[in-house]
Amino acid sequence: MTRRTRITLKVVVWAGCLAPPLLLGYRAWTDELGANPISFVTNTLGDWTLRILLASLAMTPLRIVFGLSWPITLRRLLGLFAFAYVCLHFSVWIVLDFFFDWPRMWADIVKRPYITLGMLALLSLTPLAATSTTGMIRRLGARTWTRLHRLVYIAGACAVLHYLWLAKVGVTDPYWYAGALLVLLGIRAGDWSRRAIRRRTAAVAASATSARLIDRKRFSP
Amino acid sequence: MLIRRAPRFTAREITDPELYLSRRELMAGAAALALMPGAGEAAAPKSEPLAAKHNPAFSLSEPATKIDHATTYNNFYEFGVNKDDPSRLAHTLKPRPWSVQVDGHVHKPKTFDVNELIKLFPLEERVYSLRCVEAWSMVIPWIGFPLASLLKRVEPTRQAKFVEFTTLLDPNQFPAQKPGFFGFSSLDWPYVEGLRLDEALHPLTLLAVGMYGQVLPNQNGAPVRVVIPWKYGFKSAKSIVRIRLVAEQPKTAWEKAAPQEYGFYSNVNPAVSHPRWSQADERRIGEFRRRPTLPFNGYADQVASLYSGMDLKKFY
Repeated sequence: MTRRTRITLKVVVWAGCLAPPLLLGYRAWTDELGANPISFVTNTLGDWTLRILLASLAMTPLRIVFGLSWPITLRRLLGLFAFAYVCLHFSVWIVLDFFFDWPRMWADIVKRPYITLGMLALLSLTPLAATSTTGMIRRLGARTWTRLHRLVYIAGACAVLHYLWLAKVGVTDPYWYAGALLVLLGIRAGDWSRRAIRRRTAAVAASATSARLIDRKRFSP
Repeated sequence: MLIRRAPRFTAREITDPELYLSRRELMAGAAALALMPGAGEAAAPKSEPLAAKHNPAFSLSEPATKIDHATTYNNFYEFGVNKDDPSRLAHTLKPRPWSVQVDGHVHKPKTFDVNELIKLFPLEERVYSLRCVEAWSMVIPWIGFPLASLLKRVEPTRQAKFVEFTTLLDPNQFPAQKPGFFGFSSLDWPYVEGLRLDEALHPLTLLAVGMYGQVLPNQNGAPVRVVIPWKYGFKSAKSIVRIRLVAEQPKTAWEKAAPQEYGFYSNVNPAVSHPRWSQADERRIGEFRRRPTLPFNGYADQVASLYSGMDLKKFY
């Protein structure tokens, strides 16, 4: 991939990820946020958090299924945007929805499982955002860093469950998100088990070969 | 039944009739414009003025929610689960001709044409607070008459203990009644709601045929709906085709869908929270800060006696 395509790709992702809050800003300006603006803004930011998080989780499966390598270069950008969105979503909840009523918010976090899950998703994304730089990868070592960043699966699962749980009877959107997450994780699981099997057969073959060598050595005249 | 104490709200009229009148003129103008050939085909929703006498004794002294909000932010699952579905799809409902069957344990069962029903009793305007179970609320100037007037006319028998309301079942008029993907349906249609007979006969319980000085818009439950201001909004069945007096407690649509979330009584109660929404406070549409929710939505003085001796945590 040329430098120019790489830049174009990043510009497209930046523009796509910045568009929803700009649109929200425009709608706020023209008073088109509807009867319940706070709820509208919270829901819109929540939707986009989930979409961008799922998009970041789709990059590796694109490589597994189609052998594409360029999506991986977008993974960090998408992940950081997902984190930015969840922070906005959370800030709206604190500032606009509850206006710093900490005891009331704490009661909701403890009492309502969907809010607990939302908090868990936010908490598991935070160290990932903090360690997203190349310097941090070097400092932690690739192995540790990769292990730490598996937290994103927890974050994805919590985020989807958060939506499933809060949606009232009859709302079907969260099921589509859950389906998408299952497909994305399923592709990874398939790839892992395939590689594990390959490793094992390779190991078995290797040990068989060495056993034969030993046998040959032992019984050779 | 008499209301022993005066309502919490003063008789002062905040919902200024002047405002309605000027709005009516505006609407009439818009309607005239819409009727002109070629002029604004997609313009202004049809709205017919409906005259009613304001009843200050039964009205809040708070400004009404903006009509645009009250007609675009709705829960009406027959049109869809999103708040904007009802206003977007409202044109699919045909509120005329329409008849309402009143039967069951009554001496004089009768099917009323809706135009006849509207003329049967004097119409009054009452400004009520509407509290949704989703922790938001509005202030709506309804037009209608007490349900008790209609029930007394059909003469309930001694067996009648409950009143069951049924909403129209017609997937051609209510798109969301058609099964979706994998035969998915949000609720078990038709929508059924119910009240205890004494609740139905309470003077606050209104059969509404209009709001904001106009004939009831489709997305708000045209042509006739019930309004029970001390209960969560979903108890107030819309687009009613049948009112049946029964001996047993009716099985309501929301009880069938999620019995642990929605009880038969569903009185507004800040002390009993819904699994997803704390009911301690609410956002009044148009306001920024949440405000505390009042027991029985502020109508405790009038209705609390209906439930004396009942454990309202158990009968939620």
